[in-house]
Amino acid sequence: MSVVVAEQLIKTYVAGDIKIEAIRKVNFSIEPASFVSFIGPSGSGKTTLLNMIGCLDPPTAGKLQVAGQDITSLNRQNAARFRGEHIGFVFQDFNLIPVLTVFENVEYPLQMVQSWPNEKRKKRVMEMLEAVGMADQARKYPSQISGGQKQRAAVARALVTNAKLVLADEPTANLDKETANMVINLMKQMRDEYKTTFVFSTHDPRIVDNVEITFVLDDGTLHKLEKSAGGDHA
Amino acid sequence: MLNIFKLAARNLFRYKRRTLLTSTLITLGVVSVLLFISISGSFKALMVGQITDSMLGHIQIHKKGYLASIDSLPLNRNLTGKQIDKVVQVLAEEDAVEAYSMRIKLGAMFSNFIETTNIRLNAVTPTDEMKTAPLLTDRILEGEKENLLKAGEILIPELISKGMKVKVGDGIVLVANNKDGSVNGQNFMVRGILEGISGPGGRDGMIHINDAKSLLRIEAAEVSEIAIRLKDIYLLPAVFTSLQEKLGSMKNKQGMPVFEVHTWEKISPFFNIAKMIDLMTFFIKIMLVAIVLVSIMNVMVMAVYERINEIGTIAAIGTLPNKILSLFVVEGFLMGVLGTAVGTTISLISIAIMNATQIRFDFGRQTGLLLSPTIGATDVIFVVVIVVAIAVIASLQPAWKAAKMDPITALKHV
Ligand SMILES: Nc1ncnc2c1ncn2[C@@H]1O[C@H](COP(=O)(O)OP(=O)(O)OP(=O)(O)O)[C@@H](O)[C@H]1O
Ligand SMILES: [Mg+2]
Repeated sequence: MSVVVAEQLIKTYVAGDIKIEAIRKVNFSIEPASFVSFIGPSGSGKTTLLNMIGCLDPPTAGKLQVAGQDITSLNRQNAARFRGEHIGFVFQDFNLIPVLTVFENVEYPLQMVQSWPNEKRKKRVMEMLEAVGMADQARKYPSQISGGQKQRAAVARALVTNAKLVLADEPTANLDKETANMVINLMKQMRDEYKTTFVFSTHDPRIVDNVEITFVLDDGTLHKLEKSAGGDHA
Repeated sequence: MLNIFKLAARNLFRYKRRTLLTSTLITLGVVSVLLFISISGSFKALMVGQITDSMLGHIQIHKKGYLASIDSLPLNRNLTGKQIDKVVQVLAEEDAVEAYSMRIKLGAMFSNFIETTNIRLNAVTPTDEMKTAPLLTDRILEGEKENLLKAGEILIPELISKGMKVKVGDGIVLVANNKDGSVNGQNFMVRGILEGISGPGGRDGMIHINDAKSLLRIEAAEVSEIAIRLKDIYLLPAVFTSLQEKLGSMKNKQGMPVFEVHTWEKISPFFNIAKMIDLMTFFIKIMLVAIVLVSIMNVMVMAVYERINEIGTIAAIGTLPNKILSLFVVEGFLMGVLGTAVGTTISLISIAIMNATQIRFDFGRQTGLLLSPTIGATDVIFVVVIVVAIAVIASLQPAWKAAKMDPITALKHV
């Protein structure tokens, strides 16, 4: 069963009298354990699409299924619950919580979003930190580590809840090429290990080579699909 | 829950200076309120004590209409035989009554054989009077304090002693009109000088009740007022209500009320000062509430604004709105608790120090009064609860704003 299924998906922003069609009737599906990227120029609708998949922004029309559930009409509370349960996020600016240590940042979703028992939680956090190679940095605060390290911690935070789907909007935009590739490779490695589906957006040509499935977005239409099945031309 | 507190505490610690400043403000507010309550309370208790314990007693019973014409000290509005018996019987039923004193109040001419002046007199049974007004003897400026006075002796007010140049041991004459208008005179020896205090009866002289009876040619039992002392002033409202029910409602054959029952509050002008102190305490409390409200709300609005991005992050990864709300409310709560805890500690220590150093002050003609500030647990708890509750209420609006923030908009915020 596909992790994400989108049919005739539309997102229109209304700003005053102006209507902006950010996403125009796109169809695609994403299979479990795949490594997918949406690429396209600035303003093409990558963020808009990822926000919809991530249950942060409801579609204007069309069908959108994530993890087997129709998410087009979730209310605020249920959308938050759904995100906490099924989706991990990796952000462009890392977005670690500055007053928490690396360990506590990774622990956050298990404690404040889901409620894991103490022992099990600590064990799981350490396991994830080891998986991303950050175990030795566990006690440091975000301000004390590098950008690449921050993003690795963020990947651990996204994966710690066993999320089926990790969404990353331009996760490498603030990293140098070497670090960017390292983070992408880490994500791939995680995908292999935990069978998590990774979906990210980028217009970074340095990492496009590294992904397996690429959807190209252009002005709200999804018009090209490479390397793999599981999508449609708009 | 523990993790919300941990996160809130960390965020407070992150802006150390701001947290410290706000908590200090709350601390100052709490200290001023608690010290004001304790000092004004001690002042009030002292003044009330002076008035009730050296003159008025806690409750007074008169014949209906006596108090309205008290300035002329009427003799035709005295309580008589059966009425006195009734009062005595009712008072015997009240456990809270410690003592009572029957008094005859009268006006007379006072002569030192050279000059004559008017004098107001309070005629008492010394043993009863001393039990009812235990601080009365403190008002005796000159002369023997022990046992107050005997028949044939008079305590004269300070003013007359000065004005008429009368000293302790001098002989004087009192001349009085009785109810029927006939005149009678009697010799007295000045036993002591009585200090004047404010309020009705505060400048009266004092003689033995038997002397008053012979001077006024009263044969049967008759008194102008019955002053009552309670075991504790806190029992006043309850006893007053009870006496009011039993005596205040009694009617004579014509259907008119027989007695009037008053508390010291109704009789003494100091009650208004006491009420003023209560009012000031109330306004100072209001100011404290305003300080806490404004300072906490201000800080929390800033805290939310500075952390929009973080709010977006935690909302995106699935933190439920009410958890975000409690995160910020707990921050305000902790700041309130910090300020209150420090403030209460400082206040209690200050009160202890003030008591240890025995601060004295003067009030009117009374000098060297000992300031002994105390504060009740209820007052402390009240202030603590109010401050912490206001801190929480002040955080609610900013916290609510944070909770309902749209994660996308919040994440975009720079
Ligand atoms: N909240 C909004 N209100 C109105 N228009 C919006 C809003 N968000 C996005 N848009 C518009 O939708 C279109 C797609 O924007 P989106 O942010 O998805 O592009 P993007 O591909 O992520 O671009 P970039 O690479 O610059 O991040 C743009 O034309 C943008 O101006
Ligand atoms: Mg974008």
